[in-house]
Order: sequence, then structure tokens, then C-alpha cells
Amino acid sequence: MSVHRTRTAVIGAVGALTLLAAAACSSDTATGGTSSPAAAATSSAAGSATGSEGGGGSEAPAAGGAQLQLLFGSSGTAETDALTEAADAWGSENDSTVEVTAAQDLTQQLAQGFSSGTAPDVFYVGADQVANYAKAGNLLPYGDELSNADDFYPVLKDAFTYDGTFYCAPKDMSTLALFINTDLWAAAGLTDADIPTTWDQLATVAAKLNTGGAAGLSVAPERDRVDAFLVQNGSYLVAEDGTTITANDPKNAEALGFVKKMITDGVLKTPAELDSGWAGEAFGKGAAAMTIEGNWLLGALKSDYPDLKYTVAELPAGPTGTKGTLVFTNCWGISATTQFPEQAKSFVEYMTSTDQQMAFATAFGVIPSVESAQADYLSEFAANEPFVKGVDYARGVVNLPGITDVLADFNSQLQDLANADPQAILDSVQENLTAAVGG
Amino acid sequence: MSITQGMGPAQVPAAVATADGDVTPPKRRRSGIRGSENRAGLLFAAPAFVLILLFLIGPVLLALWVSLTDWSGKGSPLGANFIGAKNYDTLLGSPNLQQRDLATALRNNMYYVLLVVPLQTVLALILAMAINRQRLRGKGFFRTAFYFPSVTSTVAISVVFLFLFTASGAVNSVLAWFGINGPNWFADPRGVGHLILSGLGLVDTANPPAWLADHDFLGISWFQWIAGPSVAMCALITLAIWTTAGTFMLIFLAALQDIPADVEEAAMVDGANRWQRFRNVTLPALKPTMFLVITLGLIGTWQVFDQVYLMSQGKPSKTTLTPAYLSFQTSFQDGKWGQGTAIAFILFVIIIVMTLIQRFVMRDRDSSRKPWWRRRREAALTGSDV
Repeated sequence: MSVHRTRTAVIGAVGALTLLAAAACSSDTATGGTSSPAAAATSSAAGSATGSEGGGGSEAPAAGGAQLQLLFGSSGTAETDALTEAADAWGSENDSTVEVTAAQDLTQQLAQGFSSGTAPDVFYVGADQVANYAKAGNLLPYGDELSNADDFYPVLKDAFTYDGTFYCAPKDMSTLALFINTDLWAAAGLTDADIPTTWDQLATVAAKLNTGGAAGLSVAPERDRVDAFLVQNGSYLVAEDGTTITANDPKNAEALGFVKKMITDGVLKTPAELDSGWAGEAFGKGAAAMTIEGNWLLGALKSDYPDLKYTVAELPAGPTGTKGTLVFTNCWGISATTQFPEQAKSFVEYMTSTDQQMAFATAFGVIPSVESAQADYLSEFAANEPFVKGVDYARGVVNLPGITDVLADFNSQLQDLANADPQAILDSVQENLTAAVGG
Repeated sequence: MSITQGMGPAQVPAAVATADGDVTPPKRRRSGIRGSENRAGLLFAAPAFVLILLFLIGPVLLALWVSLTDWSGKGSPLGANFIGAKNYDTLLGSPNLQQRDLATALRNNMYYVLLVVPLQTVLALILAMAINRQRLRGKGFFRTAFYFPSVTSTVAISVVFLFLFTASGAVNSVLAWFGINGPNWFADPRGVGHLILSGLGLVDTANPPAWLADHDFLGISWFQWIAGPSVAMCALITLAIWTTAGTFMLIFLAALQDIPADVEEAAMVDGANRWQRFRNVTLPALKPTMFLVITLGLIGTWQVFDQVYLMSQGKPSKTTLTPAYLSFQTSFQDGKWGQGTAIAFILFVIIIVMTLIQRFVMRDRDSSRKPWWRRRREAALTGSDV
């Protein structure tokens, strides 16, 4: 029995130790999470100390002596380099350092950071994730405290507003427009006057361009493209207030019906049908005469298909003359548990300033998210006017929390749009969205 | 007995007494030698024990706890709200999107398992038998060649397969030699089961018979359950068989080399032909290995994640969605950590049940391994002590 007892005791002791260790870990993170004021106080004290050491002087700005961590999803070395340079410039101006890290899988790395209480201070947040993070309390709602808060395009602010609070500053933006292969266009006997401004014209020119070698139009069968047609028909998945769900609006069914007809008529082909990974590739190699993509395609065409001749137009309007497109954006999220909230805000202000955004636009082809940069941008990149114009009538992605699976389901149904009933698809989306938001 | 009471395992003193016929109280011997042995043993085992508790049992229990909470992914899950079995109820209890997703994922994975496990086991066995032959030139080369896919990185292989299976890729080019117009593999959501049924003229996929379309299980109709793996999933199945057969071939090879040559020779002397020798000598000798290979195969295939993550993300039309990927997506993309871990535990239960069923089917039918109730009855009949 004593052996048994010893064994039990040892097991018990080990178990207790493990539990203790676990409890210690958890209480650590708990304090890290809740007692951030204290942490912030010590850090700001440290900050002022270094500030005075550096001879920075009397009223060192709130941003002093911070060690910020920045995690972002990079589009390539151009973005990483530009960001590192800008971060260093801000750091040397403010006696701080910024550790710039390009993420392998941003969502996953952020999730690990949030759960362990070691999230980076500043990070990119996609418009589709902002509601999830805001609802979980991971984001510092600093948007309205920025000095340039009113400079952002309203639709971008809406994209990062959850529950009436403007959480984070839009980094930049992208909108969808119509890309046209000018060689194929001319070969089909079309002129500048034929550039489509209505759905009917779009269908007509797509049919004319749809000759043997190339498809008339290639659009990825996903909501991030197809939804633009919903907006053009004067509706969307959610109403302007961002919360009322209007997915099963007959106008939406009509819009999907139009897309379906182009598919069944054979003038709209998916990239996969054209043996391409995405619509940009199909357009680049001339397998599609037109495509609907965002300004990110400009950079891809420049590097992968430098000889392609193309032009960009605004998306055509729906039957009632309503213009519509979609806008995509990321924001500068600040962690709710950061030790340097003031410095982080100063950093974001610097990064979203008009000059800095113009520098980013030149470096890696993004469109500034502030209205004050519009004139400069258009004078420098006149050809990109359709993208900039789009922001006036664009809708952002739906940013309700916990609906990723619903939107993924919508996507998977759109992949089979050719054989499906548009109204039935939208009814299921309405039902799922309602359940997700209510539950 | 009164002496041995409170002394530890009863059989130790009993064994001592019967072995030497000695009546010395076993207390001193036990505490003198065995006691310190035990303590030392525990001490040596302690590091491993602590590590297992910390990194295996702990996380599993924590995950189980998360599946019972509405943890939002912020801070420690220990402080999250306990909501009972609500996550499980969402997934299993009521017809909704989450349940349909889970059912779709289970269906896809079921067909994946049904095809991958038997095919990779048979292929591995054939390869092992081929390499094990006495007179084979370049044995080392073949062994390396067959094992090569298993040691290559999944990422590299997945990318190669993506190219092989594009609409104008190598696979379709080869098919074209035979006049077959290959499908657009990774974009084709049609179920092979449906294709076969409609090819035989049994059902019209556009208008399935009412008795199939109107009944459903876990939110998706019977007709959807019999869809079979999609064309896209077939590409993933090919990839899985190709990459894992090599590993299992190695296990089979080791077992084949353990079969004594004289047994084989004895069978030959008895006049058994090649098939009889395989059926009655080799296969029975391989049974424990077969059990291992099938168990590993079952567990591995039910947990398939990396290929889906890299190649299809569940597309097209969710026909390559698997429970493991769904769990990842629900947790990381949607922030529903409780629901994601609940999916993982449902998968865990499925794997356990499948392994138990397989154990039962492949159980040894020798008399010594008969089920306990039969052993007991026979023991009662013969009066022997089992």
C-alpha cells in the first residue's frame, strides 16, 4: 500500500505542480491584460527617463522611448522596405524603436498573440476581421482620437466602425474597376466610344470580344467581385446602416441573374476555366479580353506581363444608372494591451499622413486613404482615376462579427451560380447572416 | 495476510513466499531493495511524466475546456465563460449552416478515408513484396525511389500536384493520348458518386429522386451524402496515396524480412503455389503490421489538413473541406474558438470509434485471445484456472 501511496503522492505532486504552473502562466497573462494602466505608467516613466537622458527636454511628446512591435502582411519586398524605412524615420524623430516584422500568416500569428497576451503593438487588420477583433476586445478604439480622423474617406471609416465606434485608421484602399485589353478591343472593331457604361453594353461588348481565342470577360466567382453587381443594382448584402441584412432583396437576385446569364451565354468565364489561378492571370496572358479586378492588378501586370496593352475604366452602372464597386482596405490596428498606446497612435498618425501615404503609393502602388492626398495622387497617377473615383460610390466588405463561415458559404454557392437559382442562394445567405448576427 | 497488509502490492510477498518457500516477513526485503527501486524508478520517470502532463495532457484538457466555453481568443481561456455543451449543440443539435458545414466536411473526409486507406495499404504491400524478392537488381534504388515521396516536403509536392492537375496539365495531357477529355481537376465540384450514378442512368443529378432528396442527416440530404468524393478531392486522394505509400512500404518491408525463410520453404515443400503461400503464410504473419498500418492510416486520413490548407482551402464548393480544416477555419478566421475545438473533439471521438471498430474486426481469433465471456465459459466447463 505504501508504494501505492507514494505513487499517488508523486502523481498528485506532479499534477499540482503542473496546475500551479498553468495557473501561474494564466495569472501572468491576466495581469498583463488587465493591469495595463500600471504597465503603461511604468513604461511612460521609463519613456520620460530616456527622454530626459537623450536631452529631449522639457515637454517630450507623448511618444518617447517606446519599443513598438509592428506585424503586417506584406505584398512583397517593396512594401516591407518602404514600411521599414518609414518606421525608422518615425522612430528617430520620436526617440523610439519599431521592430518591423512581415507575418507569414497574419491572422494566425495575431490569434496567438491575443491569447498569450503578447500581441504586437501595431498590426494590419483586414476589414473582414475588424469586427471579430473588436468584439473580442483586442483592438484599441483610437480612431476618433487621431488628428487626421476627418481626412479619411467616409466609406473607409465605415469599414472600420463596429458598434458605432471608429476603431482603427484605414491604411490605404483598393477598389474594383474594369480592365480592358486594348489589342483585343481594337481587333473586335471596338473604339473608345464603346467602353461600357451600362450592363447591356457590358454584355454586348463581352459577346463581341468572346471570339475563339479569348473569353469576353473573366471574373472570379466570388463575392468580392460579384457583389459589385449587387451594389450597381442599388442594393447589397447589408443596408447603408451596416447592420440591417438585405441579402434576399429581389434587386440582388436580379443582379445575380444578370451575372448568371453572362455565364450561361458563355461570355463570362471563371479564371479556372481559362486555366488561370486568378482573373488577373487570365487577363495578363490574353485569355480574357476584360476582367474586373482591383488596382493590385496594375503592379502584377507591370512585373509579369510588361508588354500587355490595356486600359482601365470605371465599372458599368446598373439598369437604374446606379454606379457601384467594392472597396477593400486594411487598417492600422493597435492592440488593446499595448504598453505604448500614445506612441502607437503617434506612429499611426505619421503613417497615415498625406506625405507618407504618397510615399507608399509611389513605392508599392497603393491608393491613399485620405482625401487630402487625392489631388496629388491623381496628378501623379492620372491613369488610376477610375479606382479613385470608385471610392465615392463603393461599398466596403460586410464587417459583422462571426460571419466568415456565412460569406465562405456564399462564395461556394457562387461557384455553382451557372446551375443555381439566384434567389435561392440569396435566401440562404439571408437566413445564415440573420442566424450568425442574432446568435 | 495480516503481515502483508499495508505493505504494497499483494502479489509481491505472495510470489516471494511461493518461490523460496520462505516465511521471512517480506517487509524488510521490500523496503530495503524494492522500495528504493520504486522511488528511483519514479524519479527517472518524473521528467517524462512532467513533460507529458505539460505538453500533452494539459493542452488536451485545456482544449476540452475551451470547447465548453465562449472564449473569444483574448487572454487565457481559463477565465472564459462556461456555456456547457452549447457549442456541440450548435454543431449537432439544430439544422444550421455550422451543422451543414460539419456534415459536408465529414462526408468529404469519409470518402477520402474509404479510398485512401485501402489503396495506400495495398499499394504499400505490393511495393514491399516487390522489393523483398530475393533476386532483384537495384534493390536499393527502388527502395529509395518508392520512399522518396514520403521524405519530400508536403508543400513542394502539393505545388507540383497543383501544376500536374491544372486543366492543361500533365495529367490531362496523358489522358488526351487515350482520347479522354480530362476534367479541370481542382475546379470541379462534381461528386464521383453522382457521376457514376448518372452515367449508369440510375439517377438524374439535376432532379434527384424524392426519397433521396427529401431525407436528410445532419442537415444535408441523403443525395448529398452519396455524392462521393468530388473530382477535386480525387486529386487530393491521389496525392495522399502517392506520398504515404512509401512510409507504409517500409513498415511492411521490415515485417516481411522478419518472416523466417524456412516457413516459406516448408510451404513450398508442401506444394503450396505462390498465391497460397501469400494467402496462408505471408498475410497471417503480417497481421500485426497490417493492424498498425491501417490504424496509422485511419488516424492520419481523418486528420488530413496540410494538403487542404495548401491546395484548395475547401474549394470548390466545399467539396475538399475536412473537419480538421473546418476546425482551423472556425477558430482562426471566425474567432469561434469554442466551436472550433468542439469540431476537433467530435473528430477525436470519430477516430477513436473507427479504431475500436477496426480493432474488433481485426481481432485475433486464436483461443487464447477469445473474448472474456467465452474464455470464462470454457474455463467453467473445463474447470481450469484461466
